[in-house]
Amino acid sequence: MIQLFKMAYRDLGRNRRRSFFSALALGMGLSLLLLMAAVVTGEMRGSMESTIRLESGHMQVRASSYDENKTSLAWSDLIENPNEIGSQLAAFPQVVLATPRLFASGIVSTGDQSAGVRVIGIDPPSQANAPFRDGLMRGQFLQADDREGVLIGQPLAEKLGVVAGDQVNLLVNTSNGDVDQQAFIVRGVYTTHTPSYDEFTVFMPLVKAQAITQAQDHASVIFVLLQNRDQAVAVASALKSSNYQIVTWEEANEIILETEQFAGAYMTVLYLIVLAITATVIVNTLVMAVFERTREIGILSAMGMKGGRIMTMFFAESSLLALGGIVIGFVLGGLMVTYATKVGFYIGDFGITGIIFGERIYGYLKISDAVTLSILALVVTLLAGLYPAWMAARMEPVEALRGGQ
Amino acid sequence: MEVTRVEAVTRTYKVGEVETHALRGVDLSIEAGEFTALVGPSGSGKTTLLQLIGCLDLPTSGKVYITGHDVSHLNRNQRADMRRGTIGFVFQFFALIPTLTAYENVEMPLLLNGHGAAERRERVMGLLASVDLADRGDHRPDQLSGGEQQRVAVARALASEPTLILADEPTANLDTSNGEQVMEIMTHLNRETGVTFVFATHDPRVIKYARRVITLRDGKVVEDRLVSEKA
Repeated sequence: MIQLFKMAYRDLGRNRRRSFFSALALGMGLSLLLLMAAVVTGEMRGSMESTIRLESGHMQVRASSYDENKTSLAWSDLIENPNEIGSQLAAFPQVVLATPRLFASGIVSTGDQSAGVRVIGIDPPSQANAPFRDGLMRGQFLQADDREGVLIGQPLAEKLGVVAGDQVNLLVNTSNGDVDQQAFIVRGVYTTHTPSYDEFTVFMPLVKAQAITQAQDHASVIFVLLQNRDQAVAVASALKSSNYQIVTWEEANEIILETEQFAGAYMTVLYLIVLAITATVIVNTLVMAVFERTREIGILSAMGMKGGRIMTMFFAESSLLALGGIVIGFVLGGLMVTYATKVGFYIGDFGITGIIFGERIYGYLKISDAVTLSILALVVTLLAGLYPAWMAARMEPVEALRGGQ
Repeated sequence: MEVTRVEAVTRTYKVGEVETHALRGVDLSIEAGEFTALVGPSGSGKTTLLQLIGCLDLPTSGKVYITGHDVSHLNRNQRADMRRGTIGFVFQFFALIPTLTAYENVEMPLLLNGHGAAERRERVMGLLASVDLADRGDHRPDQLSGGEQQRVAVARALASEPTLILADEPTANLDTSNGEQVMEIMTHLNRETGVTFVFATHDPRVIKYARRVITLRDGKVVEDRLVSEKA
């Protein structure tokens, strides 16, 4: 067997350029697959992280009748005693923070510019607001007792043509079904690097939001962050109550998980297409090798080498090409994935309803993906090598000897 | 002892609608230790007969026996087994594996027969010495002259200690000097080891080495004669 591999290695060396380019084709295919896997995983992972951080938390407690799609402010749809529930939640060791939030629909305007927005009442000191506090570009963050200030996203500020300190009008719906309007000062402009979120989200202190919407002490949700998102189901089970609905991050983000599954299936098809193309190059190389070495196959056969062994010899060549290709693929793919992970790709304001995307996609390559793709590349190449190897093994010695003359 | 016997063998090739009768009923027997030439003009059937005796091909009709075994109906793998254990080949075009050194070329049949490393080394070195190439073992075929390559091929044919060595025009691609050197070595090995040599040729300078000359014409044996050894 060692001798067969030695022969296979030397045979590949006969036409180094062709062998190199064949391995390179596989390597480029594999590197592209690694990049694609990293980008898709990174995109979905980033989207999930952004959504958890900005929107869903690891868990939300809502009134049992609350429907997030309606942004209802009816008291019956809101949590009546958010601080009390927050205290209960804080007793769980897994809970890092629990903070009430109130959601309302509104229209913000200045001069002749206006935009539909979602108003979120937040408890400003809460660490849950770190993404907005850390993303403050200009002005100041909100204070809990601020009655006139709002925080708006950078794309919205650009759209309205306002800066920190400017005045805007905000029209919001209220608990009794009316609307209320008030002038607010833009205290600060923030960015979460998620244009689709920043463009439509306006923050104000919870107390002010409760006042303007006439929700009094109510909140739409209790936003909960855990030490680890895997703890969500256990905490939710422990909290189960008929008065409230507990929504875990998985339940809140089903669309992302479904999209991830769909992307996984789609990527599998793409993997096979790319690998099929590279396999064609490998088949071509090995078929050429079989034709070029017809006489040698005849000589080996005349010496008594059986078809199985001849097949193994060519199979050894495809194995070596595959290994070479995988090494090249890891080098090229490693560089591309490193770039995608460190620098990322700018996609700007790209969004799908229900999914939050950042303005940059950062790669994230799972070890399992790298291993699976390498094994897949190896298997596809070996399968591609079967036909030329079989062709060589099936040659009649007389015809093979004659063919080379 | 009879090494090979051919009984009423025919071999017909069909290309499209055209049938070519390469052999038209050949009978012959070759005993152990013979140094026999198959002679005749091109197309007379020499190479076809060697291929049938060498289990590289199957007859259209008739029987071919190797060391008493009927090989006329063996399958591909059975014929490979028979060749590996019993028959060595020397081809006109040297037929060395270009990526292997002279040493490795000679070693190949021993590897196929599963000999151990120490035994292989001893045997290969001995064989290379017997063809005056002991110091050329690490050279690849493209670093050897035509004569040297053919001597490596002879050494390789002997490697698995076959009963029979078949050589198809072994000197056709060699100049006179190298051709004679190869024939001298083959004659010497025949005498020393007792291995049977059957070679196809139409070169009178080669025929003179044979102790038996079988003449073929149009696929038939037209003459079979014993001749005196070269002085």
